[in-house]
Amino acid sequence: MKAMLAAVVLVLATAACGAEKQGSADDGTTLTLWTRAATESVSKAYADAYNAGHRNKIEVTAYPNEEYPAKLASAAGVKSLPDLFAADVVFAPQYAAQGLWADISEQFSALPVKDSVAPSHVRAGTWEGRNYALPHTIDLSVMLYNKDLYTKAGLDPEKPPRTLQEFAEHARKIDKIGGDVHGTYFGGNCGGCVEFTLWPSVWAAGGDVLDADGRSARIDSPEMAQVFALYRDLYDEGVASPGSKGEQGPTWLGALQGGKVGIAPGPSVWLDAIEAKGVKTGLAPIPGITGGESTFVGGDAVGIGATSGKAQQAWDFLAWTTSEEAQVEVIAQRKGVPFRTDLAANRYSSADPRLVTANGLVAKGKTPYARNFNATFNDPQGPWLTAVRGALFGNPTSALMAGNDAINQSLRKE
Amino acid sequence: MRRRAVTGALYATPAAILVALFFVVPLLLVAWMSLHRWPLLGSPKLNLPANYSAIADNALLGSAAWFTVRYTVIITVLLFVVAFGLALLVQNRRRGVGFFRTAFFLPVAVGFASASLLFLGLLSEEVGPLPFSGDGPALGSVVLLVLWRFAGFNMLILLTGLQAIPVDVYEAARIDGATRLQMFLRITVPLMRPTIALVLTMMVTGSLLAFDQFWILTRGGPDNSTTSLVMVIYREAFVRLDLGSAAGISVVLLVLLAVLSSLQFAFLRRRSA
Repeated sequence: MKAMLAAVVLVLATAACGAEKQGSADDGTTLTLWTRAATESVSKAYADAYNAGHRNKIEVTAYPNEEYPAKLASAAGVKSLPDLFAADVVFAPQYAAQGLWADISEQFSALPVKDSVAPSHVRAGTWEGRNYALPHTIDLSVMLYNKDLYTKAGLDPEKPPRTLQEFAEHARKIDKIGGDVHGTYFGGNCGGCVEFTLWPSVWAAGGDVLDADGRSARIDSPEMAQVFALYRDLYDEGVASPGSKGEQGPTWLGALQGGKVGIAPGPSVWLDAIEAKGVKTGLAPIPGITGGESTFVGGDAVGIGATSGKAQQAWDFLAWTTSEEAQVEVIAQRKGVPFRTDLAANRYSSADPRLVTANGLVAKGKTPYARNFNATFNDPQGPWLTAVRGALFGNPTSALMAGNDAINQSLRKE
Repeated sequence: MRRRAVTGALYATPAAILVALFFVVPLLLVAWMSLHRWPLLGSPKLNLPANYSAIADNALLGSAAWFTVRYTVIITVLLFVVAFGLALLVQNRRRGVGFFRTAFFLPVAVGFASASLLFLGLLSEEVGPLPFSGDGPALGSVVLLVLWRFAGFNMLILLTGLQAIPVDVYEAARIDGATRLQMFLRITVPLMRPTIALVLTMMVTGSLLAFDQFWILTRGGPDNSTTSLVMVIYREAFVRLDLGSAAGISVVLLVLLAVLSSLQFAFLRRRSA
């Protein structure tokens, strides 16, 4: 398969040489790029900027978040993947292992900036030592807090919590305001939401959730139990909004935009969306129980569709997205987090100290790596959500013990 | 005579080709896939009987099968009662009966996925007008949706069965002094048997293959309490990307359905003979 692909690339490269100037990958080809709805605006911003300066044209198609993995799988099944496709970075090891992306190891190692491309994302797009994907967007989990409610509760809006215990105290104080105001909010019926927002507290305490190969989990660790216990108490006391129990993800942003939640962990990319509703929002790193800080380096990875016949042109686009022009003038300009660590400080971020905080977290955070990540952790029928529900709303000890076994089994399934 | 046979075969050919192309070939392909480890790209490898032996270890599949059976019983009983009740209500020609027949049938015109989304909106805490919150009655809301969406359709089939019963049979019974209940039990039900069998078979197979309503309304939650069999097949194919395993479960489900349907039909033939 790989040999065939290499042959196709070679033939195409030769054909391109005949038609265009020598070795040009920017020869006026139209390339299709698929992305999920959550990433659509960033993908389109990249495409617009690239299209303006190149002869190639990128055409972006977005699919609803939940339906996107199935869409990719069925396209792969009939060998009609797009030229480029982005996917949730935690799915990247599975797609790389399944061979849905073309091997870009040679091109990537020749890239001058390769050492400053977000390492945890690059690792996610690696399978058996070969590179299959680059970062596309970066989304970090952070604490988002309502500055007005902080003031109202007698807290200093410039002093966000430094420990998870302090976070709980702040939430309790804000909850005392009463009415329809709640201390905090979380996605208690959404595996992806919980791993994204709770795992950083475990990492900050020096704990780990998955081993490096993604074949063993440690959700039965004391660090994990403490974090769950803290959120569980907040829910039992009614400090966390009752909606937290049923939250499956789709209405999570809306709950924070309502301005009735004191402080909650969430995606950094929501900062703008929440402020757009007139909620003055502060941003802080997610702390561990007694200190430290970390983040889940989420977002999307992008690679070249394995069935595409335009790999050379598609790489031209991918290589361009690693440029300073793309990372600063497209990503940083729209308040995004650049995926190049050497561009964390740039002329846009220096204008907003919250962005400096976020950008600085990329180096401290992690992107967990497991081939069966989606089936184990994000899928509502996976074993992680069962464990989460038990830990938050049922019998925590047995849920985490039994959950760990079920998760290990799922991670190791061939 | 031979000429007639050839002509008949020719007439049947287009349908036969369609059935072969869109039913028999995919069916054989699924059976073939179920014997292999079948990657999305690249060549499949024979791994018999791994896809079948794994079924026994799949805990989710066990709970999904149990839930699907419970759901099938609930839906079949309720849907049949409601549909038959509606059919009896609008059985006779009276003033305004056309309006009610149309009204009962109207939900059928709404696509099932659209209907599910409609209910999702109605029941949503964020945007819906109905005061449900938290976990809510997940199964109850799906049952309500299915009753609303399918009662009219089944009513229509039962109505055609009702109207096929000759009026003189009822008249004769009435002259003999039969009560309404006697007429229903001794005339309507026995003469309706083929129609009732058809409706029940459709309800049972439809419920055992339920997917859309749960996928859209509950996503199988809360806590996997509404995960149906087909959702497990979907998870194997599109989340775990294990097409061989998904095919294996599909084949088992197909065999069970075939057995169940032939039992239903055997029962029907015996009783009507």
